[in-house]
Amino acid sequence: MSNGQKTSYGQALRDGFAYVLRKYPKVFTIGQGLWSPWYVGNSMTDLDKEFGKERVIDTPVAELACTGVAVGAAISGKRPVIVHPRVDFALLAVDQIVNQAAKWCHMLGGQVSVPVTIRAIINRGGEQGAQHSQSLHSWFAHIPGLRVVMPATVRDARDLLIASVLCDDPVMFIDDRWLYEQEEILPSPREILLDREGPEIRKTGKDITLVSCSYPLRQCIEAAKVLEGRGIDAEVIDLRILNPLRRTPILKSIKKTGRLLAVDGDWATCGMAAEILASAMEGVEPRVWKSKPARITLPDAPAPTSKPLEKAYYFQVEDIVKRAVEIVGSKIKR
Amino acid sequence: MSIKKINAHCLGDLARADKYQSPLAPGRSIRNQSIKWLKSLLLIRAAEEKIGDEFGKDVIQCPCHLAIGQEATAVGLADHIRKGDRVFGAHRSHAHYLALGGDLHQLMAEVLGKETGCSRGMGGSMHLYQPQVGFHGSVPIVGSTIPIAVGAALSIQMDGTQNVAVSFLGDGATEEGVFHESLNFAANFRLPVIFIVENNLFSSHLHIDLRQPYNSTCRFAEANGIPWQRLDGNDVVAVSRACLTATRQVRAGKGPQFIEMVTYRWRGHVGHREDLDVGVKRKDDLILWKKRDPITRLVKGMKNKKWLKPGDLQKWTAEAEVAVQKAWDLASHDPYPKPEALLGRVYFQAENR
Repeated sequence: MSNGQKTSYGQALRDGFAYVLRKYPKVFTIGQGLWSPWYVGNSMTDLDKEFGKERVIDTPVAELACTGVAVGAAISGKRPVIVHPRVDFALLAVDQIVNQAAKWCHMLGGQVSVPVTIRAIINRGGEQGAQHSQSLHSWFAHIPGLRVVMPATVRDARDLLIASVLCDDPVMFIDDRWLYEQEEILPSPREILLDREGPEIRKTGKDITLVSCSYPLRQCIEAAKVLEGRGIDAEVIDLRILNPLRRTPILKSIKKTGRLLAVDGDWATCGMAAEILASAMEGVEPRVWKSKPARITLPDAPAPTSKPLEKAYYFQVEDIVKRAVEIVGSKIKR
Repeated sequence: MSIKKINAHCLGDLARADKYQSPLAPGRSIRNQSIKWLKSLLLIRAAEEKIGDEFGKDVIQCPCHLAIGQEATAVGLADHIRKGDRVFGAHRSHAHYLALGGDLHQLMAEVLGKETGCSRGMGGSMHLYQPQVGFHGSVPIVGSTIPIAVGAALSIQMDGTQNVAVSFLGDGATEEGVFHESLNFAANFRLPVIFIVENNLFSSHLHIDLRQPYNSTCRFAEANGIPWQRLDGNDVVAVSRACLTATRQVRAGKGPQFIEMVTYRWRGHVGHREDLDVGVKRKDDLILWKKRDPITRLVKGMKNKKWLKPGDLQKWTAEAEVAVQKAWDLASHDPYPKPEALLGRVYFQAENR
């Protein structure tokens, strides 16, 4: 793996699965389509052939029961990964995710560990429409007890997946199909502790802080390159773990740049970008701000199907550049 | 199975309050077993009556769903539970917990929200947990523990042991989609799980005749190819026998089993009252169902066998009441959880276990 060859994000996910399946007999994966490659891209290809159909289980069309089965196995000593090929489908399992997995430890007095990973895939674009495109990470990040992980880099795809599976708490692991073609040269897998991880600075800068996660983080990195050509030095922060959220690195960056643009692939109202802005307003003194903070999100509408509407719906790198330029160019009147 | 000849759709006489009132027939079961059942039934009855009394006085505030009148389902199963088996309950689970040997003081402390409770005072009556006796959790979202029990069964199957998972559910839970998903899943993978439906004819205030086109839930087992049994849930002898059959089959690797136990709760859906005060029309039935009492009928059966000495019943009843009072007094003086528990238990920490 560290032989100088590039690994794709999709392959890195598969490497993560293979790593935990190989090393930990307690790990198994379960979900719709696990024996049918087109559902999950290349991220789980042939795992059933490598590790057996007893540990890579394709299931009946029953999201709620299958997630409950994973929760039940998790409290019985296993480390299951329940896979939902669309985030939208995972909504059928919300009782098990929110009422059960996220609550058992607390409501049973801290005595129960629920080491289940709920992997859900964002599969937007391609005219898939309102029920095949949702992200909803803000929704899940709202739930105490449910860790929410969104890897933006190839290395995180693999290493945060491993960390999620090895974590003693339920983890909502959300990956975006639009990231699958990203490539990196990876070192060997490493086991990291999820509760020690938090936001990371992907590019340092002094003029404006861009905060994002998952696919939009890649857009922010692209935007930062364009901004550099226009004399704006942007700092880019990758949230990585949305809940519980470590705010300190974000606040520290804003205290340095005095400017904030939160970029999120979810809706605006009560969304992750709103949480970043609220945390920044609470945590950064007014005198520090050089201009009003802002956010870029999806419009508050369900995802459309028709191509021109899709184009209007999903923000582009240029939108981030434009907004950042506006922020840097504006001043707060005091 | 000859039992399949019975119509899987209808309870028949099992649903009638005026039937099944005769003394039980312990048959070949030994005297000691009957005494064990009786003592367990008496303890559960005494504990729940105490909880009901204290609920009525507002000393207990968390919602308590009492199983008074339907204790035999749990007691009959408990005989057949071994180390490593995993039993799950729902909102009405004091009886399940106690029948398996759950600690009485910890139950009282839990309904009072005390740190010494079985769930450290974080759960209350509806969230009970005592893994050391095989009780792996109860929650009040109807139907939620059904797939969790199936998941425990999957784990058992992967480990290759002869353990079983048990899901206690009510007739109301059979109306949830997840019940049907779970039966299909368990049957498809031949998992070692027993579904026990305590059909007490009511979900909250609503009679099963107003909720389902047929009153027996065995039809759902039939539809999924799961062997089923149906019986008077107030007959601890019959319950124990059915559970023996079911656990033997499951331990032998023959896949899931389903048992419908017809019973009746004397108290209302929640709290100490009988729900007559709020207009639930069951007054006449309730009088008759109290004659179908699992305790009285076992006592009569034991008397017929001359297995009870004069004074035994009074003595054991008093012993149960003393044990309950002692547990209550202890729990009453126990401390509440510290404020740190609020945030300190959101994520698992091994040192908190």
